[in-house]
Amino acid sequence: MKVDTGIIKSNTYIGKDVYKMEIQTDLADEVQCGQFVEVEVPNYFLRRPISVCEVKEDHTIVLVYKVVGDGTRFMTTMHDEISLFGPCGNGFPVVDEDVLLIGGGVGVPPLLQTAKEYKKIGKNVSVVVGFNTKEDAILIDELKKYSDALYIATMDGSEGTKGTVIDAINENNVDCEYVLSCGPLPMLKAINTKYTKGCISLEARMACGIGACMGCVVKDNEGNSLRVCKDGPVFPIGKVVL
Amino acid sequence: MDLSVKLPGLNLKNPIIPASGCFGYGREYAELYDLSILGGIAIKSATPVERFGNPTPRIAETPCGMLNAIGLQNHGVDYIIENELPFLSQYDTEIIANIAGSSEEDYVTVIEKMKDDPTVKAFELNISCPNVKHGGMGLGTQPELAKHITQMCKNVAEKPVYVKLSPNVTDIVAIAKAVEEGGADGLVMINTLLGMRIDLKTGKPVLANVTGGLSGPAVKPVGIRCVYQCARQVNIPIIGVGGITSSEDVLEYLLAGASAVEVGAMNFKDPYICKKIIEDLPETLKKYGYTSVQDVIERRQK
Repeated sequence: MKVDTGIIKSNTYIGKDVYKMEIQTDLADEVQCGQFVEVEVPNYFLRRPISVCEVKEDHTIVLVYKVVGDGTRFMTTMHDEISLFGPCGNGFPVVDEDVLLIGGGVGVPPLLQTAKEYKKIGKNVSVVVGFNTKEDAILIDELKKYSDALYIATMDGSEGTKGTVIDAINENNVDCEYVLSCGPLPMLKAINTKYTKGCISLEARMACGIGACMGCVVKDNEGNSLRVCKDGPVFPIGKVVL
Repeated sequence: MDLSVKLPGLNLKNPIIPASGCFGYGREYAELYDLSILGGIAIKSATPVERFGNPTPRIAETPCGMLNAIGLQNHGVDYIIENELPFLSQYDTEIIANIAGSSEEDYVTVIEKMKDDPTVKAFELNISCPNVKHGGMGLGTQPELAKHITQMCKNVAEKPVYVKLSPNVTDIVAIAKAVEEGGADGLVMINTLLGMRIDLKTGKPVLANVTGGLSGPAVKPVGIRCVYQCARQVNIPIIGVGGITSSEDVLEYLLAGASAVEVGAMNFKDPYICKKIIEDLPETLKKYGYTSVQDVIERRQK
C-alpha cells in the first residue's frame, strides 16, 4: 500500500455514464484482482474507492467507473495525473476451481482481471452479467476474451435473457458451483441464497479506506462488525448480513 | 530544530498527534510508517462496554470536509486494555486515552480500569461527540455539567485529564473556564460541528443517523477562533484540533494559543499526513522566523 501519482494514459467514455481510465502507476505491480484503489479527485475532500478492472503490462491499471455525482463527473475531465492510494482491501481468491463470475452493472469491472487470473491457471471460466438495458452493458468483448461462456441478462430484455442474472443462469443451465460476484445489493442477496461456495464483493461509502475510521462497517452472522475496506470488500458467501 | 513540547503528563517530541477516531488504535497506519515519529496518539474512544455504533451510511462528503456519524464504535475498555494498548506500547510516542460514555459513571468506570496501564500517559474526556443519543455532547454543552464530570474524573484518574470541547455551544469560553475550575489539566478543541446533508434524489438525509459531525479544512477557522478565545481566558494548555492539513495550519493553531495539535480527517485523505507535517514543520517555523515550537509559544501574542 502506498500513495502514488499515476499518469493518466486515457480516460474515455465506454457506455452510459461509464468511463474507462488507464493509469500508469507503480501500484500496478501490487494489485490483486478484486482489490480497489483510493482515487483523489482535485477539490473533493475524500478519496473515491474504485475497484481495479484490469492490470495491464507496462505498470498500467484500468479503472472503469460510473458518474454518480460531482466528484466522479470531475474525474471524466482528468487527463494528466491522478493521485492513487492502495491497493486496498482483500481481493478475490484465485483457487484451483472452475469459476462462475457473476456481475451486475458497475460491479462488473473487477471480474475482468479475475477472469484473466483464472484463465491464466487453466480453469474454466463462465461469466454471467446483468444490466438494466442493452445500453448499460460494459466490458462484454473484454470478458468474452477471458471466458469460456458468457451470458447477459437485461431487466428490459433488450439483450440476452430478460430479467436478472439468476434468470440467465437458470435459462442457460450454468451449473458451476464456485461463484465470485460483484454488483448491486439485491443481486448479492440472491447469490447468498442460491450459492454456498465462493465470494461476494461489497460496495460502501468510505472515508479512510484502510480500516481506521469504522465508516463502512457491516455485520457478520455472529454479530461481529467487519470493515468493508479492510476486512473486505470481498467476503465469503454467507458470511455477511446483507 | 527542537519541536518538543512539554504538557501535563505528555513529553511530546513534536506537537503532532493524530486525533481520536481518525487513527483507530494505530494498527492500520503502523503498516505505512513508524508510529514512533509521532508526538503522541489520541486513541479511539473507549466506552465501558462494546458499542457497535450507528447504522450506515455513516460518512458523507461536504465541501472541504466530511460528515461522520460513527457513533463511538469500539470494543469496550477491557478489550482495548488487553489488545490495543500492548500493541501501542511498542512505540515511543505518548498515548492519550480518549474516554466516552453515556453517563458520568461510564467515564469514571473507564478511567478506573485504564489508569494503572503504564502505556496511557493522559486521559482525554470526550464530552463533545455529537453522534450519540445519551451522554457525549450533552455532557459538554453546559458549564456546570462539564465541570462536574471533570471533577469526578480528576478524583479517580491519578493522571492528567484533558477535556475535549464541543464548538456546538453559545459560549465555548464559559465551558473552558468551567472545566478548568473542575481541575482539568488541559483542553482539546474542537470536536466536530453538528451538520447534515440531504440526498436530492431520495429527499432523505444522507446519513442514517440524520446528523453527523463536520470535520476537515472547512472547520479550521472555527477551531482557530475557539482556541484564540479560550487561550486568553484560561491558564491551562490547549491542544488545537480542527481542519489541520499542513505545517502552516499547525503554526496558525500555535499562534492562536495552542501548545500542540491533533490532526483528524486529513488522515483519511492522505494517510501519510502526520509524517509529512512533522517533516515540513521545521522549514515552516524557520520561514516565519521561529527557532523552535517553544519559541512560537513564548513569543506569540498574548
